[in-house]
Amino acid sequence: MDELVFFINRVLISGTVLGSIYALGAIGVTLIFGILRFAHFAHGDMMTMGAFIAFLLASVCTALGIVTPIPSGFLVLPVAMAITAVIALGLDKGFYAPLRKRGAKPVTLLIASIGVTLILQGLLRLIFGSGTRSFYQSEPKEIFRIDMSALGGSRPITITEPQVLMIVVTALLVLGLHFFLTRSRLGKAMRAMADNADLAQVSGINTALVVRVTWIVAGALACVAGTMLALDVALMPDLAFNIILPIFAAAIVGGLGHVYGAIVGGFLIAFAETLSVFNWTSVLRPLNDLLPEGMALPANLALVPTEYKLTVAFVILVITLLARPTGIFKGASS
Amino acid sequence: MSGEAQAKRIDLANPTVRAIVLFSAMFVLILAVGFVQGAANSGLLLTQALAYALIALGLNIQWGYGGLFNFAVMGFMMVGGASVVFVSFPVNALFWDSEGPVMLGRALLAFLAGVLLVWGARHSHRLGVRGGWKTALLVLAWFIAYVVYRSQIDPAAAYIESTAGFVGGLGLNPILGWLFGGLVAAVIAYIVGRISLGLRTDYLAIATIGISEIIRALLKNMDWLTRGTMTASPMPWPVNLPQDYQAQGIPISESFVYARFGFFALLLAIFIVVFFFVQRAYGGPWGRMMRAIRDNHIAAGSMGKNVTGRQLELFVFGSVLIGMGGAILVTFNQIFDPAGYQPINHTFMIWVMVIVGGAGNNWGVLLGAVLIYIVWIISDPLAQAIFLNLSSWSQSLGWGAIPEIDSRALQMRVFVLGIIITVALRYAPRGLLPEVVKREV
Repeated sequence: MDELVFFINRVLISGTVLGSIYALGAIGVTLIFGILRFAHFAHGDMMTMGAFIAFLLASVCTALGIVTPIPSGFLVLPVAMAITAVIALGLDKGFYAPLRKRGAKPVTLLIASIGVTLILQGLLRLIFGSGTRSFYQSEPKEIFRIDMSALGGSRPITITEPQVLMIVVTALLVLGLHFFLTRSRLGKAMRAMADNADLAQVSGINTALVVRVTWIVAGALACVAGTMLALDVALMPDLAFNIILPIFAAAIVGGLGHVYGAIVGGFLIAFAETLSVFNWTSVLRPLNDLLPEGMALPANLALVPTEYKLTVAFVILVITLLARPTGIFKGASS
Repeated sequence: MSGEAQAKRIDLANPTVRAIVLFSAMFVLILAVGFVQGAANSGLLLTQALAYALIALGLNIQWGYGGLFNFAVMGFMMVGGASVVFVSFPVNALFWDSEGPVMLGRALLAFLAGVLLVWGARHSHRLGVRGGWKTALLVLAWFIAYVVYRSQIDPAAAYIESTAGFVGGLGLNPILGWLFGGLVAAVIAYIVGRISLGLRTDYLAIATIGISEIIRALLKNMDWLTRGTMTASPMPWPVNLPQDYQAQGIPISESFVYARFGFFALLLAIFIVVFFFVQRAYGGPWGRMMRAIRDNHIAAGSMGKNVTGRQLELFVFGSVLIGMGGAILVTFNQIFDPAGYQPINHTFMIWVMVIVGGAGNNWGVLLGAVLIYIVWIISDPLAQAIFLNLSSWSQSLGWGAIPEIDSRALQMRVFVLGIIITVALRYAPRGLLPEVVKREV
């Protein structure tokens, strides 16, 4: 029983949290790709920026003495999402829209997004320095312990309050996005434009509006993903730069341009990462009693050493690109 | 100001005139920086800038000639660096006297056995294994190969790290190491190209950036080979080191000037040879074919050109130069520090050099590389000066000083780089010296 509890603590909970972050980031990447047809490399820095905005707002809240039962990081989330969405719109207006107007190729937009990455990262480091910050300076993390002694376990399942909230917030956002895309006029217009931009324009869809909405949704989700990442790990300027690649992997594995694929891909990549660095010996230890003498399991039976966690996403990415370039769900072809 | 007025009278639309004007401006800038920073520092700056120009030339072959998106510049530079460490670092007798070589040999055998196993599984259809069975067999073969290799390399790595520290080098001439770096980069580029060159641009960008991160993770953590984050230093030079000049009785400040400019002369000779060949290749039938493939690969394919084969060729050639440039930088800086490689400082900066200089134009890329490197270097002290002024101003207003000016000013470089690339894309998308396409009317 203890082994199962250990597995739940180490794999199920942290994998779900990481998967939520990846999924929210990948949705933004995939939406931008679907509508604007370019890989938006600055998405990771939009996430970091959102996290810093949330951090600033949370600090203001604490300074004003506002105390609520939920952590201030989540309390300020709607406002931070709105601000990040506005900045995302500004980035589009300032950097991408002029290039689109000129009829630049998607590759040029991709390189421009690298420029935006550099600008955002430079600015964040200029303003906030390169040190690490934490959301929990003023308030402690509340930890729930679910007692498993009734089922014969000696250790509890532990989950922190932010983790619970992260999973709930992700579920709500994904549900909201689902209804937006399937029920609302604008959402349907977005899907139409992702399918065929010219046809959408001819049938009277306001493509400029759709582009704006795409940036708003992508920016808001990036803010949530970044804030959750900062809550889960710590807040630093190059926080999301390391995570943009697994997010791209998730979007491609799910099929670029496919929103549900991005969600599935996000969780798939997250669980693949957590499972591959998981030390299987800790779960399989009871087998030692059954195995003959001298055949005991080694102390560390992880598939991949922890240092190489990041490479797991790429190996999956490469296999996907080779075996099924359109991703699990049929996305845009390669 | 007068220079600007003069430039207006000159016909800037003429590519040659434009190149001459811009290169003269670059030399004025170099002289100005040299005047401010002193001879020793400008030797440092120029040598590094030229090494980056070599790397940018490699990227220009890939992106400018062939339109291939390579975001793995950093990875190939690291490969070159690790190779030069292996070839030119002094011999580590402790390792060669220990069990290490034997254990590594066994690991190599295990690796080859794994390769054979996977190869066999890939060709299992000849034995009548088809469909899902073949896939299952392939996965199984990969897994067994991985486990076998890990079972040999893990103890070998642990043993070497605990006894000898790391493999050390072969103690050969660094120039051999540079060539070896190019060779290893070529082999890796061949494998990477075979896997990913069929992909569309966005996918290729993501795939290559992923490969470069994998290379970084490997070299950073293979302590037995590269000494990992403990860094391999000091690397020997192919020319006299400052210390050698000091031993001859030359004062310390002058010894740095002599040594750095000696290195610069060697690098310049290599660069001129490489530049000559790269430029000739561009003008010749080979270059025309590459441009045809870049501009319309479908038409080129229907004319009987082997599109993927040629693209692979470009990718390998470009990577050779990138690997060599990375190796030269490691030798010149005398240190290989896997933790010091960042996508921003390496991959993206080289991209900015190529885009700003003018993709497809080798002279433009040279100009772009030197200009961007100078801007990258001087934006730190400039930002520091601006911040110090701002800080004293805010202090005089009673707001207090700006904290951590040093580390913040360093980040200004990243911001400046971002501004440059976005401005260049918007107002000069073809670069300072655009590609000149000659057409017979």
